[in-house]
Amino acid sequence: MSEEEDDIILSELDDDELVQQMFDDLYDGLKDEIEESVNILLERGWAPYRILTEALVGGMTIVGQDFRDGILFVPEVLLAANAMKGGMSILKPLLVETGAPRMGSMVIGTVKGDIHDIGKNLVGMMMEGAGFEVVDLGINNPVEGYLEALQEHKPDILGMSALLTTTMPYMKVVIDTMIEQGLRDDYIVLVGGAPLNEEFGKAIGADAYCRDAAVAVETAKSFVARKHNQGVATV
Amino acid sequence: MTNALSRLLETRDWLMADGATGTNLFNMGLSSGDAPEMWNTDHPDRIRALYKSAVDAGSDIFLTNSFGGNASRLKLHDAQDRARELSRVAAELGREVADAAGRQVVVAGSIGPTGDIFTPMGTLTHELAVEIFHEQAEGLKEGGADVLWLETISAPEEYKAAAEAFALADMPWCGTMSFDTAGRTMMGVTSADMVAMVEALPNPPIAFGANCGVGASDLLRTVLGFAAQGTERPIIAKGNAGIPKYHDGHIHYDGTPELMAEYAVMARDCGATIIGGCCGTMPEHLEKMREALETRPRGPSPTLDEIAERLGGFSSAADGTGEDDTPKRQRRGRRRG
Repeated sequence: MSEEEDDIILSELDDDELVQQMFDDLYDGLKDEIEESVNILLERGWAPYRILTEALVGGMTIVGQDFRDGILFVPEVLLAANAMKGGMSILKPLLVETGAPRMGSMVIGTVKGDIHDIGKNLVGMMMEGAGFEVVDLGINNPVEGYLEALQEHKPDILGMSALLTTTMPYMKVVIDTMIEQGLRDDYIVLVGGAPLNEEFGKAIGADAYCRDAAVAVETAKSFVARKHNQGVATV
Repeated sequence: MTNALSRLLETRDWLMADGATGTNLFNMGLSSGDAPEMWNTDHPDRIRALYKSAVDAGSDIFLTNSFGGNASRLKLHDAQDRARELSRVAAELGREVADAAGRQVVVAGSIGPTGDIFTPMGTLTHELAVEIFHEQAEGLKEGGADVLWLETISAPEEYKAAAEAFALADMPWCGTMSFDTAGRTMMGVTSADMVAMVEALPNPPIAFGANCGVGASDLLRTVLGFAAQGTERPIIAKGNAGIPKYHDGHIHYDGTPELMAEYAVMARDCGATIIGGCCGTMPEHLEKMREALETRPRGPSPTLDEIAERLGGFSSAADGTGEDDTPKRQRRGRRRG
């Protein structure tokens, strides 16, 4: 647009333009603007779920892609996720009220023996940014801790993180225990961490290895969509 | 400024630093999940052995076992009150080993990141970061460290806060960042950005550079990026011994001692003055690196293609320093008031 010095009045934009503007505002991490736009769309009669998926998740998808491609870096992504959260805090009670479908949920934690948490925190924030509910178990989680959390929260996804070559094999311990207890197929298991790779993820029986937080979100979305399409419930 | 490192730099045109701390300690029986810094008081003999292994392999500089010894990291082990003490002991043990070496060896007091994200996105304020780093710096100073050695930093805010803390402790220092995300730090800092930041500090480090990150090739690309800025300040290269690989239930770094020797010589050709290893770099790697640095002549700065050919490919096509290197998104632009 050429009128670069002119301020945009959000309420004067039509729906399509406003959604486009929200994509930009998410990209720039502008929380106040996102909150205002969410309220405008609600006033115009948009369903909360439509605002979530078309405007917020749509905008965060662009952020995720540019993060994956090395165009955006962590600080920008954190700001975007924060703006998204602002919008979500308005929508959340309304989503519950209207019984809208959930994006999905995830229990995430760094494995036993490992005290690294930045990567895991980023995945948590990006997942929330994509509309998922995230339960963060923190660092140094024994297998019992994961199982308890799965029991309590019944998430779609279990995410495990490890930054050490000495701790990554513990992921297999968790997955093996899930198999023993007949729980493995009830969950999508995603793993990540600097020293891991796809081959390792396969070798230990995870559903997927996620190279970074952006990939984690994309992978989570596609697995959850598949799970829902299959209509498979816990047996 | 008179300190052991600056004096060595006056007489030598390259110095060798040490290798891995974590990898070595795990081999000595450290359980993952435990804070390595606890061993400073629980198993001082093993920490002396770690330091001595680097000295015996020819290191001119070794880093103390205090990387995670700041209050923020120790809090994860409910030992936040021991930050100063554990750092002091880490340096005291280092002093003993260095003084018994029979040659000039520099004790560098290692200081790693807090692990927290700065405000507004995270919880860490500048004041708190300075306080955390200052406490650790005072401990290392009391223990007799020659210089402080900041490493594996991603955020420029954190690097600056540490610099401020080191000024408060009145200690000379070095500081490296970890370039692990498409040739930049996790927070998006390029090699060129780092040079600009370092040169603008009121108390710049004696030397600066890169450590850890992805593999040896990426690290050398970063060193070339530093050198391209025309900095006079000595450059530090501390790369990992290759990339960790998973084989039949256990993991090893794929960088052989021979490869690390090649890396060391190339790092010097790229413009690095202080050369060492990071994760996966064991005494046998250091020995080969030392031998290569002593026996092989300097050569011209290698091209990126030569680096890739001799050490392996890069993890990303670009590192953010080129002309039209990194794609930019076309946006609508404009903000409202």
